[in-house]
Amino acid sequence: MKKIPILLTAFGLSSCSAWVFAEADAERGAASAAMCMACHQADGGGMNIAGGESWPRLAGLSATYISKQLHDYKSGARSNASMIPFASMLDEQQIEDVAAYYASLPATQGKGSEGADEATLNRGQQLAERGDWSAYIVSCKSCHGSDSQGAGGDFPGISGQHAGYIEAQLQAWKAGNRKNDTQDLMGSIARRMSDDDIHAVAVWLASQSPAGN
Amino acid sequence: MIRTLSYAALSGTLLLSVNASAKDTTTQQYIDTLTELGYPAPKGNELVHIPPTMEDLESAKLHPELKRVIRRGYDLFTNTQQLRGENVFNNMNCSSCHLGEGRMPFSAPVWPAAVTLPNFRGKNDHVNNLEERIAGCFTYSMNGKPPEYGSDNMLAISAYHQWLAKGVAMYPEQPIYGRGFPAPDRPEELSYARGEAAFEEKCSVCHGNYGEGLRVGSETVFPATWGDMSNNWGAGIVRIFTAAGFIKNNMPLGQPNSLSDQESWDIAYYMSNQERPQDPRYTGDVAETLKNTEARFHKHSMYGQTRETDGHVLGDHRNTGEKPFLKPDSIRSRTFE
Ligand code: HEC
Ligand code: HEC
Ligand code: HEC
Ligand code: HEC
Repeated sequence: MKKIPILLTAFGLSSCSAWVFAEADAERGAASAAMCMACHQADGGGMNIAGGESWPRLAGLSATYISKQLHDYKSGARSNASMIPFASMLDEQQIEDVAAYYASLPATQGKGSEGADEATLNRGQQLAERGDWSAYIVSCKSCHGSDSQGAGGDFPGISGQHAGYIEAQLQAWKAGNRKNDTQDLMGSIARRMSDDDIHAVAVWLASQSPAGN
Repeated sequence: MIRTLSYAALSGTLLLSVNASAKDTTTQQYIDTLTELGYPAPKGNELVHIPPTMEDLESAKLHPELKRVIRRGYDLFTNTQQLRGENVFNNMNCSSCHLGEGRMPFSAPVWPAAVTLPNFRGKNDHVNNLEERIAGCFTYSMNGKPPEYGSDNMLAISAYHQWLAKGVAMYPEQPIYGRGFPAPDRPEELSYARGEAAFEEKCSVCHGNYGEGLRVGSETVFPATWGDMSNNWGAGIVRIFTAAGFIKNNMPLGQPNSLSDQESWDIAYYMSNQERPQDPRYTGDVAETLKNTEARFHKHSMYGQTRETDGHVLGDHRNTGEKPFLKPDSIRSRTFE
């Protein structure tokens, strides 16, 4: 499938001419984002919540990726009790606008790596940058791009994301609770990771810079 | 998960020997992991070698200066783009095709070259050594110009290959398990249309609809599968069976052995019907070049043939991609006289 048809079929639209929303507008998006701030914070930085459900940083993620996730919550392809009600309130135009808004915000630093020991951080770095081919764990940067800061609209930046959120997502894929990724690419990797590996890579990534320079 | 030992050689006899030890257990775990991923178990007396990792290097008893050079070789192998414009003129790293840092079986692990060369090679009809084999991948797969024989970079890359072969006897008589990109059986017929559809469904999210791949800054995230930024027409992977073997065993990334044999071959056929930089052995005429190289090489590719969809003759051009020359002078015959 070509990129555009993936989106179109996801919305049940059949031809390019149906793709007629007004252009995404970050300023309009800021208005919709008012109801997101309680969790994702005014700067879009989210919050690492140890022992609870973390709120992901949205600031600086790709608009294409944010939009896909909002559509997935709305359609039920990605399920989460905190998010579904909010995603469901947004219409198509608002999704594009709010995605453009968060994408335009400067990325903030993730939390959750404080106090991690050196061995854990080293293992995390190894998994992120080189992988562990003896268990066919492909390095995160192979798909998530240089320094795992994101590659195109399909592979989100994960560097500098909150450790609690990264860990929860990897566990969700491993348990089969998150399965909205393109071609099960992420699931295939997460299912090969031990709990310790998941923790190690999450804390190491959280300690890294979310954006180039 | 498998722990890595510096090496383990396994044969039918070794398995049964009384000395069966930790080494055999490690080797068995290694094989189990591979078979769980869909790879075949070793047949008969195949040689199984677990190449050492970079962590093993740190604890190895080698001169610190040698370790430094092996690390440099590793760095060049996995980030060959640092030689862009000098030795490399496309978006590839060595590890773009030799997955797992050149260590993965069924992804043409590179260490066998270190224990089987010097040897005669049909592709250039003379005896080659390790440096010349590496030079071959630079010339064709990297659409480039190999570093000088004996240069620091060439030595570092060779040292990395040799380190990966640590412990294997020279000129092994047994066949090597997981060498090359073993191709699945060729199906009755290959389809361009099916290959195109499968590529768009399974591959284009990373390699793009036009095989262009994706770069972020000066780093290649997803290499180009054809076009100017890919390997040239002389590279081993343009042979349809080699591409089918690569794809079946390694792609989509992270999901080896997930495609059917038919899909792997259809996609390989579709890819071989796309343009790429000229074969450095080009004489100025595609038909003549085909005649010179057909028997040993291009009978397995679509080079010089007419594409069924639009009548385009593949390889009938003078485009060398970003590389400002056709043929590096390292391609020459040897006579040993
Ligand atoms: C009650 C707290 C809460 C509110 C309010 C909220 N979110 Fe979320 N959001 C979350 C949580 C928790 C997650 C992670 C859910 C999961 O694990 O799938 C999340 C995930 C997301 C994601 C996916 C991020 C990623 O990296 O994949 C997006 C996009 C998102 N929210 C956008 C929004 C927008 C836009 C709004 C406002 C319209 C909003 N959220 C309101 C809690 C909230
Ligand atoms: C083979 C490709 C591939 C590899 C390798 C890979 N990922 Fe992913 N990952 C993806 C894709 C695709 C997505 C987006 C899923 C979606 O669209 O919902 C993703 C999403 C994620 C997310 C969710 C981000 C968010 O904002 O919700 C996390 C966390 C993640 N990956 C972590 C990792 C880690 C850690 C590694 C390395 C151990 C890794 N990934 C390796 C393909 C990959
Ligand atoms: C475009 C894909 C591609 C790239 C990039 C590539 N190679 Fe190769 N390489 C191959 C193929 C195909 C073979 C032959 C495998 C076979 O025997 O079927 C091969 C074989 C080899 C071998 C011989 C392995 C053996 O079993 O004897 C060595 C050594 C090697 N490559 C080194 C390198 C080095 C070093 C680089 C980077 C400078 C590199 N390759 C880049 C595709 C590639
Ligand atoms: C999740 C992303 C992803 C998907 C999907 C994917 N590839 Fe790849 N592919 C890669 C990466 C990354 C490399 C380089 C390996 C490395 O750097 O570790 C690669 C390497 C290759 C290469 C060798 C280098 C080159 O560009 O010629 C070929 C050929 C290839 N892939 C073909 C395919 C085919 C065919 C499919 C679909 C069946 C596919 N890939 C699906 C990411 C992907």
